[in-house]
Amino acid sequence: MLVWSRPGRIVLWMLFALIFGVLFLAPLAVILLSSLADQWNGVLPNGLTTEHYTDVVRGSAWNAVKASLITGFLASALALVSGTWAALSLRLQGHALRRLLGLLFFIPSAVPSVSVGLGLLVAFSHPPLLLNGTIAMVMIAHFVLISAFTFGNVSAGLARLSPDFEQVASSLGARPAYRLWHVTLPLLAPYLVAAFGLSFALSMGELGATVMVYPPGWVTLPVSIFSLTDRGDIFAGAALTMILVAATLVLLLGLERITARATGS
Amino acid sequence: MSDAVAIGSPVTIRREPGKFWIVPPAALLALLFFYPLALIARQAFLDDSGVANAAEIFRVLHSRFFLNALVNTVTISIAATAGCLIVGLVLALILAFVPFPGSGFIARLIDTFIALPTFLVTLAFTFLYGSAGMLNTGLMEAFSLPLPPVDFLYSTWGVVLAEVTVYTPFILRPLLAAFSLVDRGQIEAASVLGARPFRIVRQVILPAAIPALIAGGSLCLLLTVNEFGIVLFIGAKGVITLPLLIYGKAIQESAYQVACIIAVINIALSLGLFGLYRFAAGRLGA
Repeated sequence: MLVWSRPGRIVLWMLFALIFGVLFLAPLAVILLSSLADQWNGVLPNGLTTEHYTDVVRGSAWNAVKASLITGFLASALALVSGTWAALSLRLQGHALRRLLGLLFFIPSAVPSVSVGLGLLVAFSHPPLLLNGTIAMVMIAHFVLISAFTFGNVSAGLARLSPDFEQVASSLGARPAYRLWHVTLPLLAPYLVAAFGLSFALSMGELGATVMVYPPGWVTLPVSIFSLTDRGDIFAGAALTMILVAATLVLLLGLERITARATGS
Repeated sequence: MSDAVAIGSPVTIRREPGKFWIVPPAALLALLFFYPLALIARQAFLDDSGVANAAEIFRVLHSRFFLNALVNTVTISIAATAGCLIVGLVLALILAFVPFPGSGFIARLIDTFIALPTFLVTLAFTFLYGSAGMLNTGLMEAFSLPLPPVDFLYSTWGVVLAEVTVYTPFILRPLLAAFSLVDRGQIEAASVLGARPFRIVRQVILPAAIPALIAGGSLCLLLTVNEFGIVLFIGAKGVITLPLLIYGKAIQESAYQVACIIAVINIALSLGLFGLYRFAAGRLGA
């Protein structure tokens, strides 16, 4: 305990409550409130309604949820396979090459998402790789942006893994493929699930690259929230944002429970 | 550091046949990321016939819209990072050293902001501080004012405040990790010997926090330079940053070459900050 006097502590806690309230609690609360607001002319809404939710669900919102979930799932799955593959095979490289390649796999996380989208537009708008205007472009953009995070998570997990299990398996005569499938990957499983969850959440909220490359028939949640608010329909935008937040949190909590059960903690 | 340990220990994994396993994921990344990146640079420096076009680059670099966006991007990024460092430090100090019932839960709640879309905060700020928002309506009703008195949202400061909310968790996380390693006995001893809290923070706690502050701060600089959603959602005419300018030139004006020239500058800036972050995180072990 740093501050012993009770008044001193209470002052600090009030300062904390003020910062937390203004910066974190108020935005979440006000999004929830506005998604339920009937009409809002005064300080508080005149009444509450679920109309915005029924409106967005009846409209194109369901397609946006579907597009976001499918994009998030496929891009995260591909990023998980490629990130795990990269992290595992990097262990087989010499020291210098390993550092260099490790850095290269991280670079997509440093490049602005809009530029990733621009690069895809420039690269894949001409034959032989004509992908402009296809759903694949959205998937690729999401995959590129989240690949560094899955790679980083899996690499961190591998670094914490005790090499003993793998060495014992080898010395007992386990072949590399058997060892990988029955020893290394099960030990890595919690990190794989965490990596998948984080990249799924990142993909659900991705906006910068998606607005550059999305085709008309594949509007993700963030893009449709933007077009709603840009049109001035901010209450429907708030309702759709709440759907996005709920979907993301349910996903993350679900994956956390799976990990907790798998590791028995 | 962990690399060196792993190399030093006798690992019995055979090396030679596995060298080529890295090729598939590396090739995938090269095709989908580095090849498009190279084409951005090519389109920026060469015109359609493959001749270097210094004149166009010169024109863009001296244009008002580019310089404005560059100044905006750097100002917003530095101001938001400074804000994140101050807010993150204050919150982390209270959470770690003056805990209250439920402080662990609150720390986790702030941490989940990392997973939420950044534009959520901007949208919320519209309802809170916009011209017809709660704060302005309240003030206008209370003091019967004819015009909304609070008008910072559609300026640089609106973006800065939103970015402080979104990126403070990136400072808080490493800070709390660093504070959990600080010896509580040392603090209690200093406190019993009569050191005032401010002095303990300065002499005992801050030295332990500096690596986390530097690593978290450089990560914040990088993320705020790259931020797009917040600036797009605020939609203020006067607040254009480099990513927003690239979007505008490419999608709204179809001026791909101009967009590529700006993108090269933006990517160079980001990679420089990424290098700074890696250097800070590696050197300081945070």
